[in-house]
Amino acid sequence: MSRRNHSEQGLLSVLGVVLKREFLSAYRSRQELANPLVFFIIVIVLFPLGVSPEPVFLSKAAAGLVWVAALLATMLSLDRLFQSDYDDGSLEQLVLCAQPLYLIVLIKSLIHWSLTGLPLIMLSPFLATMLHLEAQHLPVLMLTLLMGTPVISLIGGIGAALTVSLRSGGILISLLVLPLTIPVLIFGTGTVQSSIDGLSVAGHFSIMGMMLALALTLSPFAIAAALKISVSD
Amino acid sequence: MSTALLKADKLTCERDDRLLFSGLSFELFSGEVLQLEGPNGAGKTTLLRILGGLFSTFEGVVNWKGQDVRQCYSEFQQELLFIGHKSSVKATLTPLENLRFLIGLQQSVKEGALWQALECVGLAGYEHVLCRNLSAGQKRRVALARLYLSDAKIWVLDEIFTAIDKKGVAQLEALLVEKAQSGVAIVLTTHHELAMPGVRQLRLGQVSE
Repeated sequence: MSRRNHSEQGLLSVLGVVLKREFLSAYRSRQELANPLVFFIIVIVLFPLGVSPEPVFLSKAAAGLVWVAALLATMLSLDRLFQSDYDDGSLEQLVLCAQPLYLIVLIKSLIHWSLTGLPLIMLSPFLATMLHLEAQHLPVLMLTLLMGTPVISLIGGIGAALTVSLRSGGILISLLVLPLTIPVLIFGTGTVQSSIDGLSVAGHFSIMGMMLALALTLSPFAIAAALKISVSD
Repeated sequence: MSTALLKADKLTCERDDRLLFSGLSFELFSGEVLQLEGPNGAGKTTLLRILGGLFSTFEGVVNWKGQDVRQCYSEFQQELLFIGHKSSVKATLTPLENLRFLIGLQQSVKEGALWQALECVGLAGYEHVLCRNLSAGQKRRVALARLYLSDAKIWVLDEIFTAIDKKGVAQLEALLVEKAQSGVAIVLTTHHELAMPGVRQLRLGQVSE
């Protein structure tokens, strides 16, 4: 009954096709990618001017500030994750693809993270140094961001997928997703704080690792289900 | 006669408290062209989306080769070409890149075949122009280039002739006839008068009580 086409496309080639296209279209609209980065930098640069330039105060606030700014910057970029695909109809084609949708959205989310989260992490040591965070804590901060920002992107992806067919999705995403990202924020800043206080950070990292593992394995299913609902509207 | 490739059994669909169709049954055999007719809002697009598996709030069953589509969905998807009224063409990519992606989701295609397909739809020389700089008709042609490449056995085409000029329409009709003869089953909607032989019509918009 199930006669298969000789030229049927395998899973890896489909993922490869998606990967290439995502990077290509991101490259073509690269000024959009700069938005969250610029936001991230501006928030952190303005903070000492607005609150207090005291090194003692800033070094205390540094981890939390970098984390909050990273969280908001990622959130800012999320509403475009599926928006243009929805608008031009290519989301339908992704849903109709015979290969598992959750793997396709996992690839999409990871690309999104590598284009928004990763640059933030690269910038964070410079900005944290500017906030007088001691150099020995910079690797800890970067590592928490490295483990935490993919979680934000993936959880945010669920919100983006649910709201993609709505007009004012942007605000809704924040409302839906921000509460879910609070544990990531708490443990992200908590880890750096423990490091500053000279405590062991292994436990904190274990919990962050758990959150990352859960987000990586479970959220693609939620995103795929949400996209199917949005497309069949 | 073998079993129908696609069989709709007593489809009933309601949208926004309005009954679009009820008890709608039809069969589609390999090599057939079925045109859905009816005024705007009669439910043509909804029916096509139901057939393609993109719309799930309906009653009734869609069978594919005698099996409920929901039970053999990934096999069905492999055989399905769906072109919706959103053309799936990304403005920031070139026609070549768009086509490579759209076809690549379903089947592997040689690079030369992509160029050939674009030439067939009259986009020779536009391969590397960003789609945002193309006209509406040209964008649609990028999506339609898939018709020249697809191996799918069931084509579900929603308003594919929109914004296409007369010569293009005639060319597409010839292609559809040729593909139908080679065994592809085609369901389409259009407000054009089709000049193709052997098109079966299904009228929507008259709800049977």
